[in-house]
Amino acid sequence: MSRTDLRVSVRHTFAGNLAAKDQPFSLQVDFSAAPGFTILFGPSGAGKTTLLDCLAGLIAPTQGSIALAERVFFNSSDATNLPPQRRRIGYVLQELGLFPHMTVAENVGYGLFNLPQRSRLERASAILTAFGIESLAQRKPAEISGGERQRVALARALVTDPVALLLDEPLAALDSATKTKILDDLRIWNRSHQVPILYVTHSREEAFALGERLVILESGRIVDQGAPHAVLSAPLQETVAQLAGFENLFDAIVESQHPDRGTMMCRLGSSGVLLETPLVRSQIGETLRIGIRAGDILLSVAAPTGLSARNVLPGTMKLLEQRDVTVRAVVDCGAAFEVLLTLAARDDLRLAAGRQVWLVVKTYSCRVMRP
Amino acid sequence: MAIDWQAFWLTLRLAAVVSAILLLIGVPIAYWLAFSCRRGKFLIEALVALPIVLPPTVLGFYVLVALGPHSPLGRVWESLTGHTLAFTFMGLVIGSILYSLPFAVQPFAASFRAVDRRLVSASAVLGASPWRTFRRIIIPASRPGLVAGFALSFAHTLGEFGVVLMVGGNIPGVTRTVSIDIFDQVQSSNYTSANQTALLLLVLCFGLLAVVYSLNPRVRFVGASE
Repeated sequence: MSRTDLRVSVRHTFAGNLAAKDQPFSLQVDFSAAPGFTILFGPSGAGKTTLLDCLAGLIAPTQGSIALAERVFFNSSDATNLPPQRRRIGYVLQELGLFPHMTVAENVGYGLFNLPQRSRLERASAILTAFGIESLAQRKPAEISGGERQRVALARALVTDPVALLLDEPLAALDSATKTKILDDLRIWNRSHQVPILYVTHSREEAFALGERLVILESGRIVDQGAPHAVLSAPLQETVAQLAGFENLFDAIVESQHPDRGTMMCRLGSSGVLLETPLVRSQIGETLRIGIRAGDILLSVAAPTGLSARNVLPGTMKLLEQRDVTVRAVVDCGAAFEVLLTLAARDDLRLAAGRQVWLVVKTYSCRVMRP
Repeated sequence: MAIDWQAFWLTLRLAAVVSAILLLIGVPIAYWLAFSCRRGKFLIEALVALPIVLPPTVLGFYVLVALGPHSPLGRVWESLTGHTLAFTFMGLVIGSILYSLPFAVQPFAASFRAVDRRLVSASAVLGASPWRTFRRIIIPASRPGLVAGFALSFAHTLGEFGVVLMVGGNIPGVTRTVSIDIFDQVQSSNYTSANQTALLLLVLCFGLLAVVYSLNPRVRFVGASE
């Protein structure tokens, strides 16, 4: 473990406010982040923002310790709790928190109040130039675009030379071109400032683009950590939140594994249906759970050819049921699949119960979980 | 006799002094009410709001007792200045501060509470002390509430009657305010003068409130007693 690692071991519980209908929640994590990117990955409500708030000093955890090298930020056993302004941790909030009454230049210079006016302006304008937003210096946050606001918030945090950096879904609302440019800026900054960067996201692309290390958080607990490709390809622990997203859930037995292609074949329950799924760490013969969203399945009335999708399953339409403006179809392929269709698709294809159809399922639409 | 200009200027001076002092002491109280997490906070909140519901004569009575020569405060003041606080302009100022306190503190606290907490967090993580965050972020964001609290305490002090009568009496040039003047004129059936003075006060207060609401149409406060 390097001496500039951010070491975190905290437990934080809140009983929940009955009036606000909050759920009681507890966060219990133990990890360390080396200089460079550590991706905090997990569904909303997993406690990612609460964890960052604890690290920044905005929330005092119930118990535990937070330290960077020899500097102890928080330690419940000797009641150490440095206030946020003395931690020098850069934190880009999910809401950004740009000051609406200040210009972009004033926002970026805000954290440099210890410097004389001249060097403050110089450093602020230098980072605005580096981020390609020098032309916005005199604008107010309300007068610039979402991508520009993200850049300003990032520049405002980086200009203070923080000892660690916390980024809470900094690119969530951006188009991919803007995302790529900001990620490049971040990577360049990271090269010259080796500090731990905790980056919260629930986007796989961002995790793979930046990740040297991934920490997966679910319901306040770390469920896995490691290199992104290793962690993301491990079967995720099945949680209620995940199950809720899948209309199709099957018990499946691993039949064969193809590490060279990154896939494996699974047999659904006792049926003869074979599905190609992404490869996860598992044993042949092991029972896993596969979730497929009804909206991710394509339906064809003729045997499809020339597809990239690996799973083409012939079956019989069992049921068509209109729900508001969508149609729920149940197709028997040896196992019953639920498929979501539009009204137009039902009418154009003249779908009816009893009709022969083919279902098309992409390998990466199959989410493999451990029951 | 037409409008008693001496009473009118005295009232304006009283309102200006009181609302200025309330700005100074009301802001820290409001800050504490808005940001403290102490358990007993509701007691202080109730205490601050008390003048809204308390009959002004009750408040005035206790202020009179507290300022009198038999109370510790009255004794200290008397030993320093040689005279009592009761029936002086200074006594009137103290009574009016208590009387108008909620009209300053409540809009202040409401506007502090309305400041986006994530802006406060953003300021803290950028290294700003609570004092700097207060000056640079909270005050600019709550300016309409501060103006409202100042104007409301000013207008409320302009129109006070019961506390003034109890604490100040009716000494021309010292404690005789406009509302007492109006009362006197009605007592002596001088309705024309009473009407002129009352109309002046009405227009002035309406103007002040119009300014407050034009600055921030969302300012809401608890109704006055008198």
